[in-house]
Amino acid sequence: MSQDIFVLIEHLRGQVADISYIMLAAARTLASSSGGQVAAVLLGKDAQKLAGNLAADKVLYADSPALTEFTSEAYQLTLAKLIEEQSPRAVLFGHTTIGADVAGWLSGKLSLPLVSSCVNFTSDGKFLSQTCGGKIMAEGDLPSPTILVTMIPGGYKSEQGQAAQASAIESFTPPALDNLRVALKKYIEPEAGDVDISKSPFLIAVGRGIQNKDNLDLPNELAAAINGTVCASRPVVDQGWLPTSRLVGKSGKRVKPKIYLALGISGAPEHVEGINESDVIVAVNTDANAPIFNVAKYGTTLDLLDLVPQLTEKVKQAKGG
Amino acid sequence: MKIAVPIKFVPDLVEELNIDSSGAALDTSWLRLIINEFDDHAIEQAILLKERGGAEVTIICAEGDGVDDILFNAAAKGADQLVKLMGSDAAMMNSHATARVLADFFKEIQPDLILTGVQAHNDLDGSVGALLAEYLGMPYVGYVAGVTAASGSVIARKEYPGGIIGEMEVKLPAVLGIQAAEQPPRYVAYSKINQVSKTVKIEERAISDLDSSGGATVGRMFKPEPAQRAEIIEGSPEEVADRMVGIFKELGVM
Ligand SMILES: Cc1cc2nc3c(=O)[nH]c(=O)nc-3n(C[C@H](O)[C@H](O)[C@H](O)COP(=O)(O)OP(=O)(O)OC[C@H]3O[C@@H](n4cnc5c(N)ncnc54)[C@H](O)[C@@H]3O)c2cc1C
Ligand SMILES: Nc1ncnc2c1ncn2[C@@H]1O[C@H](COP(=O)(O)O)[C@@H](O)[C@H]1O
Repeated sequence: MSQDIFVLIEHLRGQVADISYIMLAAARTLASSSGGQVAAVLLGKDAQKLAGNLAADKVLYADSPALTEFTSEAYQLTLAKLIEEQSPRAVLFGHTTIGADVAGWLSGKLSLPLVSSCVNFTSDGKFLSQTCGGKIMAEGDLPSPTILVTMIPGGYKSEQGQAAQASAIESFTPPALDNLRVALKKYIEPEAGDVDISKSPFLIAVGRGIQNKDNLDLPNELAAAINGTVCASRPVVDQGWLPTSRLVGKSGKRVKPKIYLALGISGAPEHVEGINESDVIVAVNTDANAPIFNVAKYGTTLDLLDLVPQLTEKVKQAKGG
Repeated sequence: MKIAVPIKFVPDLVEELNIDSSGAALDTSWLRLIINEFDDHAIEQAILLKERGGAEVTIICAEGDGVDDILFNAAAKGADQLVKLMGSDAAMMNSHATARVLADFFKEIQPDLILTGVQAHNDLDGSVGALLAEYLGMPYVGYVAGVTAASGSVIARKEYPGGIIGEMEVKLPAVLGIQAAEQPPRYVAYSKINQVSKTVKIEERAISDLDSSGGATVGRMFKPEPAQRAEIIEGSPEEVADRMVGIFKELGVM
């Protein structure tokens, strides 16, 4: 048993994901209250080079052909063995397509409690998690001896988890990884969209509040008038009203426009993750309690269907005169 | 192929949410519950698989207000078997307890494929799908948008950030956490649901001895007090539009 804080380093096709650095920063806070070290856990094949800038006291590294790319089962088995052997104080995973596949399984396998969607650890070692789409926060203790945590961005800066120097690598042996039932066949690249939303300085984002496909004429006309680009939240894309290339957020693109005009978007954590580096967010949402107003600089609770035509008109007038 | 879809009811986030007197849980007295949106996608995915290759689809959920309507809705789309878990105490039903209850049921009916929603927004002890897979000794892949049946396995399209898809071959039996079906959940007319409700039966299954161990314990819940709150522009649509144009000009984007 130790007081160490483990962080599962997420990487995809040779690139370390930002959440890994954010978690290393979070782990540092936890380690200073627990009195342990921060260990970055890296799984891969010839992937030592990815450890170069991890801000950790040590890197625990497992090398295997079965770990070349992420698959849930190979990660689950490898981590179960490591956690069982070393009994760290906490293990941090991204609340992501990688972390969420393994953390829950490990909680069942090792009978260890799990806290998900954590944004912050308090200085006295409590978790702070977001729930209900960001409308409610939950706080609680981290039970001993070992707690599993999945983390979302927002509480720590990724720069804090990056170091100029590499830390010492300690290799460990993964369990036998044969007869696996999950195999990666191939990656499929996203369809190239007609525009790259991450390049536009003025984004007009539409959410479920737009209600139907026909209403998309409104933001489209505004975009044409102001030379902006229309993008969307997930429900709009899942409905097939706009292509995936226009999706903003956790599963889409991260954007940093000068203005992000959010029309009928609630501001769920998975959406906010993609927009919190925008210069100015302006939100239009009839629900005064919508979390989007916590990240927006300006807002209105008017109905977007009433406001947008007026806005287009005013923009045209301002440009004409 | 036998497909099972456990569905969950969650608070509608459009409504105002409040904390109860314990200070550590949502006040459920006025809460409006709706089906978890990803579960709607899981149902759609199950029906699509049935239409393409044949399958027997079972939908399972805990008892509660409005649950029957949602079950009949699924039957109208093509689900074959509807099951309601009776005696499920909401306060005890964390992910761990739920996964144990569902695992017991699935050991009996032995589905080849279990499709859960990728996650629900209201619990903090992890997603039921991954736990369930472990309790059943099945593989788990989450964040799935699209499933194709192969022989003895399925191809699951797993989403990574930025629209990258990892095509995973997963041996059956397996649990998949569905993020999105290949097409938006279909709409069924009320008349059809009504008709189905007269012919399809909802099977009730008693559950007891909920074991919620392994879940996280919440000490306190509160509404976030943000560091900043947007400046709300008041006025008519015309006035607000005027002010916004002013802001756009100030910021040099016009
Ligand atoms: C693993 C995972 C990944 C995800 N990835 C993403 C992602 O990349 N991007 C993403 O966006 N989401 C993502 N989501 C989904 C996310 O959790 C939310 O469900 C989604 O962002 C909600 O979209 P929305 O705000 O458009 O809809 P809703 O949450 O339904 O909000 C609609 C809003 O519109 C307002 N409204 C309604 N009518 C009007 C009107 N007439 N005028 C003005 N306002 C109105 C309502 O008050 C409400 O706040 C992901 C979820 C999961 C679980
Ligand atoms: N009480 C429940 N009854 C049936 N299915 C559930 C229940 N809770 C969770 N699930 C399933 O597990 C998925 C993930 O939910 P959660 O674990 O709450 O994030 C849901 O989308 C459902 O498919």
